Amino acid sequence: MRFAFTGDQIAFRDAVRELLAKECPPTVVREAWGADAGRVGRAWAALGEMGILGLLAPESVGGLGLTSVDLVLLLEETGYAALPEPVVEHAAVAMPLLGEAPGRSAEAFLAGDQTLTTSFLHEPVVPYADRAEQFLLVHDGAWYLVARADVELTPIESIDRARRLARVQWEPARATVVGDGKAAAAAFDRGALGTAAQLIGLTRRMLDMTVEYVIERRQFGVPIGSFQAVKHHLADARIALEFARPLVYRAAWSLAAGDQDSAVHVSMAKATASDAALLTAKHALQCHGAIGYSFEYDLHLFMKRAWALAAAWGDAALHRDRVGRAIL
Amino acid sequence: MDLTFSPEEDGFRAECREWLGANVPHGLPSGDTRDGFALHLDWERTLFDARWAVVSWPEEYGGRGATPMEWLIFEEEYYAAGGPQRVTQNGIFLLAPTVFAFGTTEQQDRILPRMAGAEDLWCQGWSEPNAGSDLAGIQSKAARDEAGGGWRLSGQKTWTTRGAFCTHMFGPFRSDPEAERHRGLTYFLVPLDASGVTVRGFGRLDGDEGFAEVFLDDVFVPDDAVLGDVDQGWGVAMATTSAERGLTLRSPGRFMATAQRLLALQRERRSDESPQVRDETVRAWIDAEAYRWQTFHTVTRMTDGENLGAESSMTKVFWSDLDVRLHETALELLGTDAERDETGWMKGFQFALSGPIYAGTNEIQRNVIAERVLGLPRK
Repeated sequence: MRFAFTGDQIAFRDAVRELLAKECPPTVVREAWGADAGRVGRAWAALGEMGILGLLAPESVGGLGLTSVDLVLLLEETGYAALPEPVVEHAAVAMPLLGEAPGRSAEAFLAGDQTLTTSFLHEPVVPYADRAEQFLLVHDGAWYLVARADVELTPIESIDRARRLARVQWEPARATVVGDGKAAAAAFDRGALGTAAQLIGLTRRMLDMTVEYVIERRQFGVPIGSFQAVKHHLADARIALEFARPLVYRAAWSLAAGDQDSAVHVSMAKATASDAALLTAKHALQCHGAIGYSFEYDLHLFMKRAWALAAAWGDAALHRDRVGRAIL
Repeated sequence: MDLTFSPEEDGFRAECREWLGANVPHGLPSGDTRDGFALHLDWERTLFDARWAVVSWPEEYGGRGATPMEWLIFEEEYYAAGGPQRVTQNGIFLLAPTVFAFGTTEQQDRILPRMAGAEDLWCQGWSEPNAGSDLAGIQSKAARDEAGGGWRLSGQKTWTTRGAFCTHMFGPFRSDPEAERHRGLTYFLVPLDASGVTVRGFGRLDGDEGFAEVFLDDVFVPDDAVLGDVDQGWGVAMATTSAERGLTLRSPGRFMATAQRLLALQRERRSDESPQVRDETVRAWIDAEAYRWQTFHTVTRMTDGENLGAESSMTKVFWSDLDVRLHETALELLGTDAERDETGWMKGFQFALSGPIYAGTNEIQRNVIAERVLGLPRK
């Protein structure tokens, strides 16, 4: 039993952290909220250059051939930055399917030259539809790859406008199956786990922002962070983070190792990470007070992403139900 | 990262399971009563004779030199087998780590084997009538006795768990009357049969007489009763609190076993099942798993030489709140049957309610987390 990342994995995370601090500050997230923005910033291309978008694809097709354990810390960083890109959908869900599908070239997606997005819902609503060239969609338990020309997109509003949701209409008859059965179930689990990792990152971000604010903000002649009521809100958020994170890393390992209970481990991770993010969002806002409620202040960008992702790929109740069916 | 157990760890687990399966006593009364305590001592001595009482200690003191991971495995197996509370816990889990860290070789040789063998039974003399959460406010005094070559202790300790049944007590006393707060304290090891000690047991909320007050009236103790340096008792005490709040006192195995019992109850009561209670059951079970994996992560970091410090406060809040929720959920499943308490869940619930209070209230822990983990200002 050794429950820690390697030095290389930590160094990779630090490189991504640095990249996103530079390429995806809150101004870029806010820009992605703009009416006709499409893709903003350089982060997607840079992640592609680093090999992260093709990290899970086998080396035989040009990917890095790495595992969920290598990816999980990087996805956590994309959550921390609230990166407005389909990185979970593309890198975590789709790439292994494409890498394994016979006769299918993953090449165009490895560096993000083409963008994939996906939804596991039977009436699919996909995020980041505005920039996607290909769609990975589900019908009768199988995943299909569908070109943009073969789908009809109807944009719908998200509370997180950077997510660019669209309803997708499509015909399975005109699409190609790239995975079914076990592969399809595993793809769902990778989506849930990747989203859980992003929620951990968002939790950290909201906590960091709030700690910084309550140290700075003074009322009654002292920093508000010296008041116990404020301390206890933030301590509870920190505890939620502390105990969600190991479940997320453990599920990443189970997926990488092909553990027979990996689906249950993923559900434990997603349920706990969703709850941690929602709790932290609530406490972060409360500790900010009115400034946190203003549109100009950045906190809501992260809160809204947390709300969206807490429900995406199965909310806490769905995942606890899945755990319950396994253990009861 | 490798989340499988090594062949050695699996072998150790199998050995634990086999011995515990054959030897764990069932149906022992509470060890927090005078009669129950005596019965528990038989069990503690059985554990010691088979070298399972203190598995993480060196062999020379009766242990097995087990790694922290092996110790966690032992704990999982101990509680999974239905092993009872450890009435020796305040000695072996709280005082012993401090004796290993601060004791002289003479003290270690004198104290540890008798502690492991349940010959000396240790209780914790920390809280006082006017020093609970505000531990640095303790008033019990230690006055130098040059002629006698020792110290004279006076004052009162309280809420001392199993104090009426124990033979020895450990705790800080004010040795420098000029110093304030956490300065000028010295950590003493006090035999409760010393002249001038009066121990009075009293009842707890759950009906057991497991509390005690300890009155000290000019009690002489020799110099070798001092643990660590004179006037440095706060630092010594803090080393113990870290063990108390962290994983040694309440390892995940205990809560995993409770969570398993909750699952069994949920299955048994399926006819009464409400989706809401089922959700709470699953949530509590997941949280027990979260504690387990957080602990494996922590132990790996400790093995790598990281110092965890105030992080143990997060652990304490988490396991104590979890224990309450596990029991609350069971009571919901039991409905009106809970009142008769044929299953023991209500008794367990009452004990669980003490968790957010003892070992430093959870309010104090949250202050510690905010100030020392998050870096918020004290004032």
